[in-house]
Amino acid sequence: MLLTGAEIVMECLLREGVEVMFGYPGGAILPTYDAMTKYPQIRHVLVRHEQGAAHMADGYARATGRVGVAIATSGPGATNLVTGIGTAMMDSSPIVCITGQVPRGAIGSDAFQEIDITGITLPITKHNYLVNDVRELAYTIREAFHIARTGRPGPVLVDIPKDVQNEKIEFEYPEGPIRLPGYRPPSAADADQLAAALELIRKAKKPVILAGHGILMSGASNELRELSERAQIPVTLTLLGKGAMPENHPLCVGMMGMHGAAACNYAIQEADLLIALGMRFDDRVTGNLKTYSPNSRKIHVDIDPSEINKNVKVDVGIAGDVRTVLAQMLPHVPSKQHPEWITQIRDWQEDGDERDILHYESEGKLFGAQVINDLWKYTGGDAVTVTDVGQHQMLEAQYYPHQRPATLLTSGGLGTMGFGLPAAIGAKFGKPDEEVWAIVGDGGFQMTMCELATAMQEGVKVNIAILNNAFLGMVRQWQEFFYEERYQATPMYSPDFVKLAEAFGIPAMRVTSRDQIEESVNFARSHETTVLIEYVIEKEEIVYPMVPAGADLHNMLRRPKPGEKQQS
Amino acid sequence: MTENHKQTVVALVENKPGVLNRVASLFRRRNFNVDSLTVGRTHKPHISRMTIVVDAARTDGRRIAANLFKLVNVIDVKLVSEEPYVSRDLALVKVRTDDAESRNAVTLICERYPARIVDIGTKVAIIEITAQEDIVEALIHELEPIGIVELVRTGVVAMGRGVRILDADYEPPVMMGQENGSYQVYGV
Repeated sequence: MLLTGAEIVMECLLREGVEVMFGYPGGAILPTYDAMTKYPQIRHVLVRHEQGAAHMADGYARATGRVGVAIATSGPGATNLVTGIGTAMMDSSPIVCITGQVPRGAIGSDAFQEIDITGITLPITKHNYLVNDVRELAYTIREAFHIARTGRPGPVLVDIPKDVQNEKIEFEYPEGPIRLPGYRPPSAADADQLAAALELIRKAKKPVILAGHGILMSGASNELRELSERAQIPVTLTLLGKGAMPENHPLCVGMMGMHGAAACNYAIQEADLLIALGMRFDDRVTGNLKTYSPNSRKIHVDIDPSEINKNVKVDVGIAGDVRTVLAQMLPHVPSKQHPEWITQIRDWQEDGDERDILHYESEGKLFGAQVINDLWKYTGGDAVTVTDVGQHQMLEAQYYPHQRPATLLTSGGLGTMGFGLPAAIGAKFGKPDEEVWAIVGDGGFQMTMCELATAMQEGVKVNIAILNNAFLGMVRQWQEFFYEERYQATPMYSPDFVKLAEAFGIPAMRVTSRDQIEESVNFARSHETTVLIEYVIEKEEIVYPMVPAGADLHNMLRRPKPGEKQQS
Repeated sequence: MTENHKQTVVALVENKPGVLNRVASLFRRRNFNVDSLTVGRTHKPHISRMTIVVDAARTDGRRIAANLFKLVNVIDVKLVSEEPYVSRDLALVKVRTDDAESRNAVTLICERYPARIVDIGTKVAIIEITAQEDIVEALIHELEPIGIVELVRTGVVAMGRGVRILDADYEPPVMMGQENGSYQVYGV
C-alpha cells in the first residue's frame, strides 16, 4: 500500500506493540501527528515539557519491561528530551525517541528550529539514526526497537526530516531477521568460566551476592533466590536492584552503598567472595576503590562486556545475560551453610536497627523516615513507588522494603531531579492496575510539576507525596557535613502546594503530624484522580548511614544510638 | 617509547557517514588516550578498517576494544598486538638540503633505512619511509639535525600474521574474562 513516511512510522509502532506514546507536537513532526489520527489504537499523551515525555517513556519502560516511546519536534523539542535520554542511558532503560527534523534540503543551513540532535545525543544514546531515505524508515524503526530492548537496554533516537515524513512510497513491512552485523550482545557463559565461578563459590566461607538492575531486566529473581538459598549466600542490593529479592527474605540484607545498610557495607568489606550480578560497581556503591572489599575474590556477571574490569578488577568475569548464566550455574551450585558468617551479619543488622531514627523520640517533629515507613505500612508495602532524587529517595530506599521486581522506579545513575512525577505517570500507563505513588521532594517536584496538568488532562491517577522540608535536603546535608553549615542556595521557597494542586483541579491535603499519615493514604485512595499530599517534615533531618564521597565503604557516618554522643 | 608499551586495536566498521565520529566521540567521552587512529576502506566497499594505537600505560587497549565492540556500527574488534602482527607507519619528511653536505647526509641516512628520496631540489628534499613505527621514529630522529621543515605521518596500520583473518563476513562469538579476568575478542 502507498503510505507516507509518517504513516510508516505509525505502522511500525503498531507492529512493535506500542500502545501509548508520550509527546509534544511542533512544526517538523506535524506530519506524524497528522498520521496519528489514522491510528487511534496508539494513545498519545500530551505532556507539558518534552523532558516529561522522555521520563514518562522511561517510567513506562521500567514498570513494564517494554519499550517506552517519546516523540517531539525538532530543535527545542528535541533538546528538551536530552535529560530524559541521559537518565534512561545511565539506568539502561529501553526507550525510543522519535524527533522531527527540518527537511533534508535545509539540514546544515541553521534553519528555524534546526538542531543537530543526533550529534547532541550521540554519547547518551545506545544508538541513534538520522533517516535520510524514506525507504530506510521501517528498517530503522525496527532496528531502533530491537537495539533498545535487547542486550543491555538503552535509549535509541530516530531523527526524521519533515520531507521524509511526507514522502509517499509503496510500503511493505520488512519481515525476517534483523541484519545488524555489529550488534551481537553476549548471552551465555562458557564452561571454563562457569567452572571457575563454581570453584570460588565452593571454597567461600564469607560470600556475599551483589544484585543489581540486571536481575530485574533479565527476570532472574527466581534464579537469584535459588542461588542464595542453596548456598546460603546473603544478598545485598543496589538502589536499582531493589525488588530483585524480597526484602523480608531472611537472606536479604538490604541496600548497599553510600546510604545503604551498614550491615551490607560491612559484609562486603569483610567478605571473602563477592558475586556481582547485573551491577556495575558504581562509585556510589564502592566508595574508595583502593580499599574496596580487600580480601575477596570476585565474580562479575554482566551483559555489557565493557563493564567487566572497568571499576573493580575481578577474578572471574562473565559477559552474559544474568538469568541465562545463573540457569547454567544453578545445577552445579553446592548446598552450603555459613552459620558464623550469617550470625556476624545479623549482629551488624541489630546494631543498625538500634540506631534507627524510628526508635528516637520525635519530640513533636515529623521525620521523612517516619513518613516513608508509614506510607509503606499503610500501602501494604505493595505500591509501585517512583521517586525523585535526594534525601527522600534514600529514605524510600531505606524505609520502603520492596517485595517484587519493578516496584521501585528511581533515577540512580544520572540522579535526575524532576524524574519522579513524569516517570510515575508513565509507570501508571504501563501498570494501570497498580497503586502508583510518586514520592518526591519539594525541590525536584518543582522541576517538572507542570506535568500535573498532563495527569489531569489524561485522567491518569498517581498519588503524589511531597516531602517538604523547605530545603534541598541532600545538598544541605553535604553542606552541614563538609561545608561547615554554610547553606548556600539550599533553603527553598515553595508555593502552597495544596492551593497549587487545587488550581489544577487536584484533590490535596497537608500533613503535619504522624497521626495524619494513615488518613492521608485513605484520602489518596478515596479519589479516582491524581491526588497530592504535602508532608511538612523536619527541616534538618540527616540520612544515615553515609559514606562520604570517596571514603572507605566501612567508614560510614552513623547515627549514634539513643543516649550516645554524636560522633565527630 | 618502545613497541611493547603500545597496544594496537583493529576494528572493522560499517562504511557509513558518522561512524568515525562515533568512534572519536567514544574516545573523548571515556577519556581514552589514543596515539594514532587510521581509517580506510577495505576490499569490501561497505566495510572500513581502523587501526588504533594506544599507550598501554595510559589506556588499556582491552577497554577500548570492549567499548568499541558496543558501537552498533563496529562489526568486529581485535587487539592484534596480543599475538604476532605486522604494523607499518608511513611518513613524508621534508628536510632542508640547500648545500652539498646536507644532500649527502640525507642520501647516506636513507640508505640505512627502508626509505627513499621522492623529491629533491636545491632547497629541500622529501623522504618517504614505510616501516614499523619505531623505525620511522629513528629516521626522523636522525634527520632532525639536518633540518626538518615539514612532516606528515599516516599513523599506524596493522594486521595479524598468518591465517588469523579478521573478515567481516565471519561473525565470531565474543568471549569474555577468563579466570585471570583477561578479555579476548576472537577474530577467527
